[in-house]
Amino acid sequence: MPTEIILPKVDMDMASGRISRWLVAEGAMVKKGDPVFEMETDKAAMEVEAPASGILGNVVAKEGMDVRVGEPVAWIFAEGENPSVIVPQGAPAVTVAALPVATSNISAASLTVTAASSGSVRATPLARRMARDAGLELASIAGRGPYGRIVSADIEKAAALRIVPAAIVPAPKAAPPSDAGVLKLFEPGYYSVVPHDTMRRTIARRLVEAKSTVPHFYVSADCRLDSLLKLRAELNEAAPIMSGAPVYKLSINDMVIKAWALALRQVPAANVSWTENAMLVHVHADIGVAVSVPGGLITPIIRAAESKSLSAISNEIKDLAARAKARKLKPDEYNGGSSAISNLGMFGVKEFAAIINPPHATILAVGGGELRPVVSNGTIVPATVMTVTLSTDHRAVDGALGAEVLGAFRAYIEKPLGMLI
Amino acid sequence: MPTATAKNPAAQAANAPFAFSTYTPEQLRDVLRKMYLIRKFEEGAEECYTRGLIHGTMHLSIGQEASALGICMPLTVEDQITSTHRGHGHCIAKGARVDRMFAEFFGKTTGYCKGRGGSMHIADVTMGNLGANGIVAGGIPIAVGAALSAKMQKNGKVVICFFGDGANNEGAFHEALNMASIWKLPVVFVCENNGYGMSTSTARSTAVANIADRAAGYSMPGIIVNGNDFSAVAEASSTAVDRARRGEGPSLIECKTYRHRGHSKSDRNRYRTKEEIEEWKAMRDPINLFEAELLQFGMIDETGIAALRTSVEAEIATGIEFAQSSPAPSTSEVLNFVYTERQ
Amino acid sequence: MDMKVRELSYSQAIQEAMAIALESDPRVFLMGEDIGVYGGAFQVTGDLVERFGADRVIDMPISELGGAGVAVGAAMTGMRPIFEFQFSDFATLAMEQIVNQAAKMRFMLGGEVSVPVIMRFPAGSGTGAAAQHSQSLEAWLGHVPGLKVIQPATPHDAKGMLLAALQEHDPVMIFEHKLLYKMKGPVPEGHYTVPIGKAAIVREGKHATVVATSIMVHKATEAAQALQAEGIDVEVIDLRTIRPIDRETIIASVKKTSRLLCVYEAVKTLGIGAEISAMIAESEAFDYLDAPIMRLGGADSPIPYNPQLEKAAVPQVPDIIDGLRKLVQGKI
Repeated sequence: MPTEIILPKVDMDMASGRISRWLVAEGAMVKKGDPVFEMETDKAAMEVEAPASGILGNVVAKEGMDVRVGEPVAWIFAEGENPSVIVPQGAPAVTVAALPVATSNISAASLTVTAASSGSVRATPLARRMARDAGLELASIAGRGPYGRIVSADIEKAAALRIVPAAIVPAPKAAPPSDAGVLKLFEPGYYSVVPHDTMRRTIARRLVEAKSTVPHFYVSADCRLDSLLKLRAELNEAAPIMSGAPVYKLSINDMVIKAWALALRQVPAANVSWTENAMLVHVHADIGVAVSVPGGLITPIIRAAESKSLSAISNEIKDLAARAKARKLKPDEYNGGSSAISNLGMFGVKEFAAIINPPHATILAVGGGELRPVVSNGTIVPATVMTVTLSTDHRAVDGALGAEVLGAFRAYIEKPLGMLI
Repeated sequence: MPTATAKNPAAQAANAPFAFSTYTPEQLRDVLRKMYLIRKFEEGAEECYTRGLIHGTMHLSIGQEASALGICMPLTVEDQITSTHRGHGHCIAKGARVDRMFAEFFGKTTGYCKGRGGSMHIADVTMGNLGANGIVAGGIPIAVGAALSAKMQKNGKVVICFFGDGANNEGAFHEALNMASIWKLPVVFVCENNGYGMSTSTARSTAVANIADRAAGYSMPGIIVNGNDFSAVAEASSTAVDRARRGEGPSLIECKTYRHRGHSKSDRNRYRTKEEIEEWKAMRDPINLFEAELLQFGMIDETGIAALRTSVEAEIATGIEFAQSSPAPSTSEVLNFVYTERQ
Repeated sequence: MDMKVRELSYSQAIQEAMAIALESDPRVFLMGEDIGVYGGAFQVTGDLVERFGADRVIDMPISELGGAGVAVGAAMTGMRPIFEFQFSDFATLAMEQIVNQAAKMRFMLGGEVSVPVIMRFPAGSGTGAAAQHSQSLEAWLGHVPGLKVIQPATPHDAKGMLLAALQEHDPVMIFEHKLLYKMKGPVPEGHYTVPIGKAAIVREGKHATVVATSIMVHKATEAAQALQAEGIDVEVIDLRTIRPIDRETIIASVKKTSRLLCVYEAVKTLGIGAEISAMIAESEAFDYLDAPIMRLGGADSPIPYNPQLEKAAVPQVPDIIDGLRKLVQGKI
């Protein structure tokens, strides 16, 4: 009996993944536990191990193809088993209806079954038409209408969630200019076409969703950094040396993370996630830190940042950032979190506002520190000042609450010894 | 045109009936020919029906030819009639061509109604026939409306409204007679009382002894005539049409007559006796009666009669031939004539 | 020629149309019960008898069947009668002439005659006149090929469509809701026509289409306005003609909004809403539907006398609001 290799679900809202590279050639021997292919999800690349020992055969998912979660991509055959005889109909775990990436010799069968199964699904005519146009299976879509009826909004959602080749993505209603319309504006030869990878598509989709469904509200504050800079210098100076290098080297960002985590602990009502039925009030301040990587960005999470020392935060973020750039983060290292920080200060940005990354209810956008004239005790003095802007999901965090938590943050930044307690 | 100046001297001397002292021998021979034509038309239609060439049903007026012709005798082409389900005779009497009538029965495009009406809606509007009607008394208010038009347009037209004895118990009959009377409209109501509304005799269905008695209720003259006596019918009609044309209002003429055939093709004649039918056929056939009168007044001889019969038979045969060889409407034209937009 | 526009009531607009017709066309005459010196049961003919004489504004006996037949016969022979039923309910007395004669005469006679008769039917409930004087029977006549059946909802359309009907060669049945007679609206002076067979989009919207007839057009518009505050954007179509139905306008609208509500006062069952629903189901708009088609119509009951019951028997504005909310929010 051959063993099926499926595309595993490794991420919370993952619907499909793409095999970026097969590590074992078809027909070659694999041992159980050997990495057999490398897959790319929305957020990261990871290796998938062989579920059994034997000969890799009947590879139905080619490199670069999008495959739905849970679908077979290949089988491992025991010696003597003949792949051509057994697959696909011999594999009981295969749901035939779910084979959109199947090779051509079995696609006809899968289409028939698909059509039959969607006949029994309750869906409006418009939803059926949209699903048909988008190449979506009704059976895989949850209907939110009466009696579980699938309505157009369900199809729109499913189409947005799905990762599909651009060619068959249904044009959304009131769509932005079509690709052709954009291309028309530029002279051929004066641009190059870089296909979207999954990360780019995910970023696009999630940000559109976040910006169009989350009501953003913004509060800004200037924070004097002089004390924090002084403390940072002192702490870095005091870092013990091990193996010829200091054990830690704190950045301003490390201290910002800590200060923000402490502020959220101090104002727990702001450390929340919105759901339609209830507010999730988080115990810990799990702070996502936006890390720019080639081709996009990713937000690894410092879990329980309020309870970690500055040096621990500093070292953890260095590790996470390095692995993020190598696309080696595990899903649980970037999924979830209760808030996030985006720091563009190192690029000389003075101030900006960031887009909330649900399920977070807040994101703190941090500008660069700069010398500015400030009024202190009635006289103008030079001071290093950093402007931060907090975006809040107004459904969860009202303006005053946002101001309160931002005030707490500013207090930690301006009186940084409080972070050490 | 009828004329009182072209009387036959012999008939005048003998104090002859109205028709013979009013119309020329030529006119009267033409009436006889049309009697034959109606009779032969009905027989021809019946034969075609029996052979399965005509579908649906039909109501034959065999035995009622004198009524149709006598009533229409004083009319001009401009005058109008409304007719009934038993309307073939009226149609011919008002001047229609038998070939186009046959074509209609055969459902052909050359028929008077282009195959849309059939026997029950036979009409020749160009000759003033506003149509047979499948609804008992359906044409009576329509005739009154046509008469109202004539009065409003001051065009001098008179409208004849044929109906059967069955219609006299319909509400439309009473409403229409009342309106015609109060507005003094140029209409003549003609009840062809053949004794039976389908199977129900007038004795069983009607509270008055004569349909003409109803006229009193609407303040109009009510005249009873022997409907099988051409001259008597023509005289009554002439009087009523003149009155209507003078603007003095409507009249009701009751022609007592008899249909030799059943009500329609499905009639088994269980409501009347064979003897009764035979008696009417033998003793009171309108054609026999009129033929005898023409012979009596020397207006025709046996040779003349034979010639008329031959020419009528030829006309009928030609008519059936025309109908059979005419094109049928295309099924793609099923919606034609429902609205003016689609002819 | 510039046309001045004034405010006229629905009944004044009809009267003006009839006056224009009587003045300009000697073939036109009016017939009905008590339409002369009385001025008509709803004062629609008003003083026309004084202006045009009793020969052209004819008081007829209470003989709906005979009267209708007279109108049919006159229409067949060169006249253009406008026949007023005192109440649309009395059409039942004249069905023979309307259905068997007026509607079919042209057809039965192979196009050899036409029957350009206009019949006016004061219709609808809301006057406390109970079951025999409150019906909406337009769909009955809408079921008869050969007739054209219209239901103007505004004074403007009442005049324009009557004048359009006078240019038709086929019988036109006009159903006038009695509660509209006193409604005022802008009406141009002089002669103009509003085409028969063309619906009007009285309000554009994107979330749902309401196809309404007669007085329900106003109720649906009121409902649509109320729902605007909730962000529900409703398109209201005034059907205006129920035979022939303007398929194109309705189909295009449903393709745009994906949701359809039919609102009419006549008994809901086997009514115009069923026809429109089926028409959409059979059309290319089917694939655009994102919710079941909904109908609001009269109760399966005669119109009751008691005023509360009378209101409850036909759709009211809150019913339409409620129905549209359910339709748009995906609750049906």
